Amino acid sequence: MEYRPNPDKLLARVQAEEAQQARGKLKVFFGATAGVGKTYAMIEAALEKRAEGVDVVVGYVETHHRVETEALLGTPTLRGMLPVLPRRQVEYRGTILEEFDLDTALARRPILILVDELAHTNAPGSRHPKRWQDVEELLDAGINVYTTVNVQHIESLNDLVAQITGVLVRETVPDRLIEQADEVELIDLPPDDLLQRLKEGKVYVPHQAERAAHNFFRKGNLIALRELALRRTAERVDAQMRGYMRDHAIPRTWPAAERILVCVGPGPLGDRLVRAARRMAAGLHAEWIVVTVETPKSARLSEADRDRIVQTLRLAEQLGAETHTLSGQNVSEAVLDYAHTRNVSKIVVGKPARPRWREILFGSTVDDLVRRSGEIDIFVITGDQDTAQLPVRPLSIEQTSDWSQYARGLLAVVVCTALAWLMFPYFALANLIMVYLLGVVIVATRCGRGPSILAAILSVAAFDFFFVRPYLTFAVSDAEYLVTFAVMLAVGLVISTLTVQLRQQADFARLREQRISALYAMSREFASRRGIKKVLRAAVQNINQTFDSQVVILLPNATGRIQPWGEVAGWWGGGVNERMVFAPDTHDQGVARWVYDHGQPAGMGTDTLAGARALYLPLIASRGTIGVLGVQPAQPRRFLAPEQLHLLETFANQAALALERVVLTEEAQRAQVQAETERMRSTLLSSVSHDLRTPLAVITGATSSLVEGATTLEPATRVELAQTAYDEAERLNRLVGNLLDMTKLESGAVQVRKEWQPLEEVVGAALTRLDDRLHDHPVTASLPPDGPLVPLDSVLIEQVLINLLENAIKYTPPGSPIELSATGAHDVVTVTLADRGPGIPPGDEQRIFDKFYRARAGDGSGGVGLGLTICRGIVEAHGGRIWVENRPGGGAALRFTLPLEGTPPPVAPETEAPADQAATTTSSQH
Amino acid sequence: MDDNHQVVLIIEDELPIRRFLRATLASQGFEIAEATSGQAGLMQAIEQPPDLVLLDLGLPDIDGLEVARRLREWSKVPIIVLSARNQEQDKIAALDAGADDYLTKPFGVGELMARIRVARRHAEQAGQPDAPIFTTGELRVDRARRQVFVAGAEVHLTPIEYQILVTLVHHAGKVVTQRQLLREVWGAAYEQEAQYLRTYMTHLRHKLEADPAHPRYLLTEVGVGYRLRVD
Repeated sequence: MEYRPNPDKLLARVQAEEAQQARGKLKVFFGATAGVGKTYAMIEAALEKRAEGVDVVVGYVETHHRVETEALLGTPTLRGMLPVLPRRQVEYRGTILEEFDLDTALARRPILILVDELAHTNAPGSRHPKRWQDVEELLDAGINVYTTVNVQHIESLNDLVAQITGVLVRETVPDRLIEQADEVELIDLPPDDLLQRLKEGKVYVPHQAERAAHNFFRKGNLIALRELALRRTAERVDAQMRGYMRDHAIPRTWPAAERILVCVGPGPLGDRLVRAARRMAAGLHAEWIVVTVETPKSARLSEADRDRIVQTLRLAEQLGAETHTLSGQNVSEAVLDYAHTRNVSKIVVGKPARPRWREILFGSTVDDLVRRSGEIDIFVITGDQDTAQLPVRPLSIEQTSDWSQYARGLLAVVVCTALAWLMFPYFALANLIMVYLLGVVIVATRCGRGPSILAAILSVAAFDFFFVRPYLTFAVSDAEYLVTFAVMLAVGLVISTLTVQLRQQADFARLREQRISALYAMSREFASRRGIKKVLRAAVQNINQTFDSQVVILLPNATGRIQPWGEVAGWWGGGVNERMVFAPDTHDQGVARWVYDHGQPAGMGTDTLAGARALYLPLIASRGTIGVLGVQPAQPRRFLAPEQLHLLETFANQAALALERVVLTEEAQRAQVQAETERMRSTLLSSVSHDLRTPLAVITGATSSLVEGATTLEPATRVELAQTAYDEAERLNRLVGNLLDMTKLESGAVQVRKEWQPLEEVVGAALTRLDDRLHDHPVTASLPPDGPLVPLDSVLIEQVLINLLENAIKYTPPGSPIELSATGAHDVVTVTLADRGPGIPPGDEQRIFDKFYRARAGDGSGGVGLGLTICRGIVEAHGGRIWVENRPGGGAALRFTLPLEGTPPPVAPETEAPADQAATTTSSQH
Repeated sequence: MDDNHQVVLIIEDELPIRRFLRATLASQGFEIAEATSGQAGLMQAIEQPPDLVLLDLGLPDIDGLEVARRLREWSKVPIIVLSARNQEQDKIAALDAGADDYLTKPFGVGELMARIRVARRHAEQAGQPDAPIFTTGELRVDRARRQVFVAGAEVHLTPIEYQILVTLVHHAGKVVTQRQLLREVWGAAYEQEAQYLRTYMTHLRHKLEADPAHPRYLLTEVGVGYRLRVD
């Protein structure tokens, strides 16, 4: 997350431009205040487009019953020309609110859509909290949008406007939206004309806000707002001009790149600082960075203060800043160190509204910064009276140590007192004080801040009580001792504070180290893991541990719809258990889908679909979004700190890249397999056409001579021809059979129907089938004598045996023996078919099971080299494996295994039935 | 028996197969009737009741199984089904529908004639009690005395083993489906308990066969049932 090198930036720009082409165009009708005629202008422009034949619809236009606007929309001749989308009715606390219907608009897919009032806040329960987010989605979907916005709604101008008018506007639009708009048209109206319109009632003023509106529409305000709007537009034009010059390589001297760093704390100034910095950065065209510093002290901040920092950082991100959380002992040191590493030219800080005595006493961060800043300019922004006074922070002492710790503090004082009592007769009082101070140090390291303060105070009290005259009272005879007490207490407190700080610092360091090492560990695991499951497991495990959250990873299935991986039962294991994962409900899956489609985070803690139970981040790899990471934290508040989010994003990026790597590897393998398949297919074509045609040629030849030579041929020749035709037909039959079997196996049409069967029966059937062809080869079958049952599909295994036997017949000389045997281990049966043929050429042990492999190419022995491939397919479908070995003494041994899973069904032993019963049954059959 | 009066009805839509069957059977002295569809076959069977039916399972109009079922409604004529390979379920269904036996395409003339002989013998003996003594190869079954001999030596069988053997002898040369055997030996409730049959069949083979892994008498029709080979 450190400074991005230039190539990344270039890439980002290229991607932004690519995205821009697919994105819809945004045109903003921009005005200084309500009532200048933005909506009117927008509709007029839309009507012009309509007249040009563009498909324009009105998504949402607020006429406020303004006569002129309604006339424009409602003129009978025009009414039909601008179709208006129905509005979405939302019930909220008993009233029906009308909202822009995003889904209808997306479904309708017009070329251009009108959506009024960009800054509008949607009714609760809408997909996005803000209308501008709806507009962004429209743009992403490639729909052009016309919209309107007033200057006071621009985020970075928000508090300026508040300063001018005294009215704080809550509905704001991020600056980037206006900056990235393809066109901004300023709708300008001189203040006098506007006031005139106001008088004539042509400006919409809500009833209940009439007074406020009256204050707002003062001429001074209107002039100021108009100036703001004009200036803003001018800035934009200026930027366009410069962009044009840049794009067209018009040379010009460029100012040195500025980089602004803003330092925010928990104070109320944060948001103002960020906005001011944003304006400054925009003016200077500078990059800007917003940081907050975690010091040991910040560990004591209240939840509310933490939240405020988080909010400020989020605002900064929304306004386009890069944000960072630094840690250090001293704020100014940490900020300056960071500023130097990032070549920051200007630092913006807020002037704290603290009493002067505190600054003198404890020093001031601002003074410190100014003193040590060197070449960096420091800008100090003062909070105005209003905001500075706003939050009066109640004094709250957070109890961080429990009572047992305090009890230990107490105990330590008791022990010290006892020790001091023993020393009292022999040592000076100063030494006793040392004993107490040692006690305080120990309590501070072990028990924390509160108990150590207690111990310091009690130590002084005990010292006074037991060892200072008069003894056993708190009275002090010699006033000199008061100084001793004060110093003792001060030393005790300072020691305890320092010790506790040291400890907290160590804790911080440990936490940071943990995060870094977690990231490192995950990257390392990713590097070593192969296979999608393992990578997913590593991601789930590491994210779960580092973020104390349950995790889900959603990936697209075959139809492109994403679904959680965890639902595929049994994939966890290997360190992942069900406590680490969660199953998103239907609503959350919808959120995840949105994230996947848009490549942006959504859900808990974001601006989009914030009602979700978890936070969903897109897994973005180099080729786009490949999945979604869902994280459901155990402690949501802590979790959503920007620093944590950044770390989580880093994790997500790592995971995405690792996943992509795995997917790409698998794809490459698939591509290889595909190529192999293609090669196979062409081999098949040549092989099959050859092997089918040969026997056909023989049959055709033989039978045609029989037909033509019916009368002339010798009887012996006729028999020979007929025999040849018959043999070839048999061969053709086997060939076609193998081809069909192969096709069925490959298409997955073969269903293995396992039943417990005696192997002997299948062997017997195969041998019987091959009786005619085996007469040249003596076959011995040695099977277990007890005829054990094996779960198998008899039809398929018979086919395996027949193929193996045919293979042996084909490749061994007549008369050579074939041995068929089976041996059973406890969980597997191994069947072996051994021959005394030439054996397998070394190195071909695997290849013989490949399609179209033949030991001797073109040997005319028939077969397309599919027999063993079919065997492998069938055996593997049974969960077994098949391989070949060369036998000692020559010949090959083909072996395959069949797993023995489960128990065979019981067969009740035969009860000796009375003989006459059997006889009765027999006779009844006749 | 007089082959000249035997009529074989061939229900088969493939002309080459009909032609080959016609030539072969005619040369064996059978009279041939042909039908190219199920309906035509059924009509033909009514007009000229045949002595044997060769029925193709894949007919253009109605399923061969249906033809077998309808024929069985009124006729006891032996039916031999012609089927393609890997159609074990179809074969069993055909046998259940009333077919007597099946032949897997492609088949040789020798096989065809053997099946026809067995079917005709069973048809001729229908209604008469089985001869008490049955012999094939070196296997002799004396049903009157309930004794079984292999190469002249008596073999002791348990009642169930004997029952299986006698059932196969009764259908000698014909395929008997597993279900049929289970029903006839154990009773209808055991129709699905194929492991009983397989276990006892193994026992039987070990008692009767010289090489149980390469049986001479008790042949397995894989996926369908068993057949007792006749000479």
